[in-house]
Amino acid sequence: MIEAKNLVKRYGTNEALHGISFKLEDKRIYGFLGPNGAGKSTTMNIITGCLAPTDGEVTVNGHDIFYEASAAKKCIGYLPEQPPLYNDMTPAEYLLYVGRAKGMKKEALENGVNDVIERTNLTPVADRLIKNLSKGYRQRVGIAQAILGDPDIIILDEPTVGLDPKQIIEIRELIRQLGEDHTVILSSHILTEISEVCDYVVIISDGYVVASDTIENLTTMFNGRAFVDMTVRADKQKLSQTLDTFDGILSYEIVSDEGRDIHARLEVTPERDVREDIFYKFAEQRLPIIAMSYEETTLEKVFLSLTAESTDTAAADGSEESEDSAESDAVEESEKSDSDGYSPIFGADNVSEDEGGNE
Amino acid sequence: MFAQYKKELKSYFCNMTGAVFIALVLILTGVFATAYNFKGRYPMFELALNQIVFVFFLAVPILTMRSFAEERSTKTDQLLYSLPLGMPRIVIGKYLAMITVNALTVLVMCLYPLILGRYGEVNYLMSYSALLAYFLLGCALIAIGMFISTLTESQVISAVISCGVFILLYFLPAISDFIPDSASASLICFILLAVIIGLIIYQFIKNSTVSITVTVLLSCACVILYFVKSELMEGLFPSLLQHLSLFDRLYTFSSYGIFDVTGIVYYLTAICLFVYFTVRSMEKRRLS
Repeated sequence: MIEAKNLVKRYGTNEALHGISFKLEDKRIYGFLGPNGAGKSTTMNIITGCLAPTDGEVTVNGHDIFYEASAAKKCIGYLPEQPPLYNDMTPAEYLLYVGRAKGMKKEALENGVNDVIERTNLTPVADRLIKNLSKGYRQRVGIAQAILGDPDIIILDEPTVGLDPKQIIEIRELIRQLGEDHTVILSSHILTEISEVCDYVVIISDGYVVASDTIENLTTMFNGRAFVDMTVRADKQKLSQTLDTFDGILSYEIVSDEGRDIHARLEVTPERDVREDIFYKFAEQRLPIIAMSYEETTLEKVFLSLTAESTDTAAADGSEESEDSAESDAVEESEKSDSDGYSPIFGADNVSEDEGGNE
Repeated sequence: MFAQYKKELKSYFCNMTGAVFIALVLILTGVFATAYNFKGRYPMFELALNQIVFVFFLAVPILTMRSFAEERSTKTDQLLYSLPLGMPRIVIGKYLAMITVNALTVLVMCLYPLILGRYGEVNYLMSYSALLAYFLLGCALIAIGMFISTLTESQVISAVISCGVFILLYFLPAISDFIPDSASASLICFILLAVIIGLIIYQFIKNSTVSITVTVLLSCACVILYFVKSELMEGLFPSLLQHLSLFDRLYTFSSYGIFDVTGIVYYLTAICLFVYFTVRSMEKRRLS
């Protein structure tokens, strides 16, 4: 179990973490999610003892990372952002060195090294010099180093960066396996990765923890809304009549009305999929549906609105506005951008552009 | 500690630096031993040792420049920090590996008095005590070089600074001759030293009040000493400089044939001090 209390990290005058606190339970896979420069790596460096916080404390399985460093570090395997490899060693030699430094004894050491080499598929390159290995293999040597000695907690900083798609799938599978009997913490700015592998997400933005919960809770709690985008060949009046009497549509707006086709965006009840009902109803009314797409609140949306919120609150702190109003502004803004963009990717662009404009 | 030691020692022979160090030292030893002992027909290997020490200017930085600067530039220092070893054991492991390389050259040098003994009278005690001092001098310089290596990310800068510091140490006694023996000259030098110490403190902790206080306190102490007991200040600074020279201690062994226990203690103190500084410097880097 890792407990972080009120971590503050200042680099010179620049404050990277503004008092982060969290508690990570055993045997779960946690994802640290945040945009670049949000403080993910700094947080990870602090909980592994590579960096001392300016203020606050970290305990790992009850041991303080600073005062009982050796006991705390024995529970942790860490892969930093850049795998810490010695180029003039072979993976086998390197892993033997790390194992010895972790205090493993002869037989356990040999078995442990052979085991991690197998688990990370390093067997074909185990006796080549690390400097001659490709990025993917180097990353795997880094992961092998972290899981060597079977530490309780495995911390991986962006473990899949630079890997090819097949390797990414393999590593994700490995992380899932590890999660069965270890606590795994991984950071990423790739949302699909987090939502695919992790049970719990800690969203960090601008040095604050803006959310920390299960993925399901986050998506439902945050707003739990569902939308249907549809293009209908009908006139406006008839469409309005049909939509007004429809059970399950909470609200709607006409996005565009050009030529014969009307593009509408409906907010529908998230409890059930209403597309079937819509289809039959429109068929009954002899209104042809040209296109229809369903969209639920995804982790990506939650992430975007949460991170947009915190940058806005940060700005609001400067201009002495109340936090609440700034937050609701941010929510409105992100909703606006949701309705503007059809795909989540466009949504992301809109948000950042909006912010640029405001500043 | 043993894991770190083994890994470092191996790396010194994987990437040539260890071999270059040994080659440089042994070639020079051979040249000077030939000139003094075999050609000049002196049965005293310690005279050759006196001349050899300047090889340390070049050889020690080659050995020490990588030790921590490389770890930092390749970001492998993060591994060192996250391992349960602890920084003191890592530093000592690395230091012992470098000392071992130095010891290898000294072991070869130990053969010279034996060879000379075949052709004439050799005072073995004198030769081997000089070799011991030579070994300790090397160890002390390695400790200093290792500390300098923690201060920078670049191996080249680390090597250049180490080389500069060693040359300065070598010439300290000569430099001290330029400073007048008068008490006022010493006072000025001590105040300058206090200012430099203040600047160094500021560089490390970035706290101007602390550094200014330290500077002022040190300067006041010097001024008070100057007015209360000015005869104590006479020649104090030059003699301080002379005492700081690591190289001079070797000459007591090699030129005068004295087994100087204070010299041994002096070297051991320097070693402990700089190994400790290295540990502190590495620990401190986590804070920034």
